[in-house]
Amino acid sequence: MFSRAYKTAVTLPPLLWVALFLLLPYLLMFCYSFWSVSASQTIVHSWNVDNYGQLLRVSVYWQTLLRSMWIAARVTTFSLVLGYPLAYFLSFHAGKKKDLLYQMVIIPLWVSYLVRAYAWKTILGSDGVMNTLLQYAHLTKHPLEFLLYSPFAVVLTLTHIYTPFAFLPIYATLEHLPRNLVEASHDLGATPAQTFWKVIFPLSIPGVVAGATFAFVLSLGDFLAPLLLGGPSGIMISNIVVSLFGAAYNWPLGAAISFCMLLLVVSLLVFSERLEKKWSFS
Amino acid sequence: MSAADGEDRAALLRIRSVAKHFGKNVVLRDISLDVAEGEFLTILGESGSGKTTLLRIVAGFESASAGEVWMGEERLDRQPPYRRRVNTVFQHYALFPHLTVEQNVGYGLRVAKRPTTEIESRVAEALEKVKMSAQAKSKPSKISGGQQQRIALARALVNRPRLLLLDEPLSALDANLRRQMQVELKSLQREVGISFIFVTHDQEEAMVMSDRIALLRSGELEQVATPREIYGRPATAYAAQFIGHTNLLKGEVRSGNVRCGLLAWPAAGLPDGPALFSLRPENIRVAGAATATAGMVRARGKVVHRAYHGATELIRVECADGLVLVVRTPGSTSLDEVELEFSPADAIQVRESPERI
Repeated sequence: MFSRAYKTAVTLPPLLWVALFLLLPYLLMFCYSFWSVSASQTIVHSWNVDNYGQLLRVSVYWQTLLRSMWIAARVTTFSLVLGYPLAYFLSFHAGKKKDLLYQMVIIPLWVSYLVRAYAWKTILGSDGVMNTLLQYAHLTKHPLEFLLYSPFAVVLTLTHIYTPFAFLPIYATLEHLPRNLVEASHDLGATPAQTFWKVIFPLSIPGVVAGATFAFVLSLGDFLAPLLLGGPSGIMISNIVVSLFGAAYNWPLGAAISFCMLLLVVSLLVFSERLEKKWSFS
Repeated sequence: MSAADGEDRAALLRIRSVAKHFGKNVVLRDISLDVAEGEFLTILGESGSGKTTLLRIVAGFESASAGEVWMGEERLDRQPPYRRRVNTVFQHYALFPHLTVEQNVGYGLRVAKRPTTEIESRVAEALEKVKMSAQAKSKPSKISGGQQQRIALARALVNRPRLLLLDEPLSALDANLRRQMQVELKSLQREVGISFIFVTHDQEEAMVMSDRIALLRSGELEQVATPREIYGRPATAYAAQFIGHTNLLKGEVRSGNVRCGLLAWPAAGLPDGPALFSLRPENIRVAGAATATAGMVRARGKVVHRAYHGATELIRVECADGLVLVVRTPGSTSLDEVELEFSPADAIQVRESPERI
């Protein structure tokens, strides 16, 4: 339908853009991960896999990576637990309020990430809303210290931030679910609960997988929430990468860790893509 | 008037004064209808006539704004759809895409928690009945439209409902397959002996399959009768025109005689005043000889249009006073001027069908 020249003209700029500003830097990073830093703080261009070895040898690196995955797993679980019922309610039972409620879920996404993170800081801090309230109600005598600067604070904040990302794909699949399938199920004698578990939930699995992937990948790579609210025990792998590229000035090691994360995320994406395909029937 | 076929048998489903409106939009108005045990009833109507809404009220997907639906001694319209002993074959089949053919058919039995061995044997039997045993392990997306249709039917019948609802189940099939399925569906219905309510907009389909036809127009029942009766003795102008072709003659009755332009015939027992008559094209014949047959009404006119239909030909004849008659003739006529005649008994008086909003 379109001429070859037109197609080339349309596709070439974005392709160039991606090649120049994404693939090329990645390639450079990949090279960096095999180099090293000399005592005089210069990059030594000698090829070896020492950096990857360090990642496995030095416990703080792999432990932080594992902790990050554990935090991301919890964020994913909570986002799904909150996002799924919300999406289900909106899609099936919200009636005329559907659009309004949908906007209410989406609007927080427009608020700056920093504002939302700081909001949690004022809520969870030792002089924060939460502790003041608890002490005022005589439930606690001293401010609860674990509320802020802890993995708990990070999980809570990330769940708040990434629940809409889990919600959206689930909501989209539920909206596309043919309603006559639900009617057919009722017609064949299935109660609403049976209909949910035997028809609605299985058919919404692609949305759940997509939502889980979003929540996991985004929270795994997050560094602002742990920086602002995590404290020493809530540090995540991205914070280490940031400091390696910054104050520590060890770009090669930072690049190696980044690449391990990239590999992790890409294999996760491939896996979730397969899972989605297996469960999609349209 | 001969008693309608269904009324001889016990009524299984009784629809009483059912109405439905969505806001200000009235979809159904005062519908009362009985479905007999083992009857094949067709709800026939154009799109927007409310036929699907009526079916959905019986199935339980829609609640009536007024009126009652009874099945035996049970008030059906107060039950949720999953407690009604009614099953539906949906317009686009609504097969569960994540389940195999076999699992689809067994769905109703599984949610009813029947023993596994019973489920297996009944599913196998149902698949056998619709000749789909070979595709038992396939997913619905891997089988053709006609096959999906059979599975939808098996999935509903395996639960042994007392009443099966079919919402335009053949509309998605091509013409040949559709005719074949009409025959199969009808013989299946006789075999299982379950009452069917079949919704369609296709009058031919309704004629071929039904014991009785309920003709719906703008949310009101126009006529409920056997195919023969509804065709032979249509009650209203709409019924006469919707089912088959007809000529509508506007006449005037005066002291036992009908006058309609140049035509006139005796009509004993009709009250004086304006009257509307339906005259089927096949009941008018092209008279060859000059002499009139006794008791027949005669007219003379010019042939203005011919449409060849294979076994018959439809010709439009314009008479002297501007009256146009459509006539169905066997074979074909080459004449430009024809002499027509029909029996007064074939001119059926019908009620006007006023416009409804």
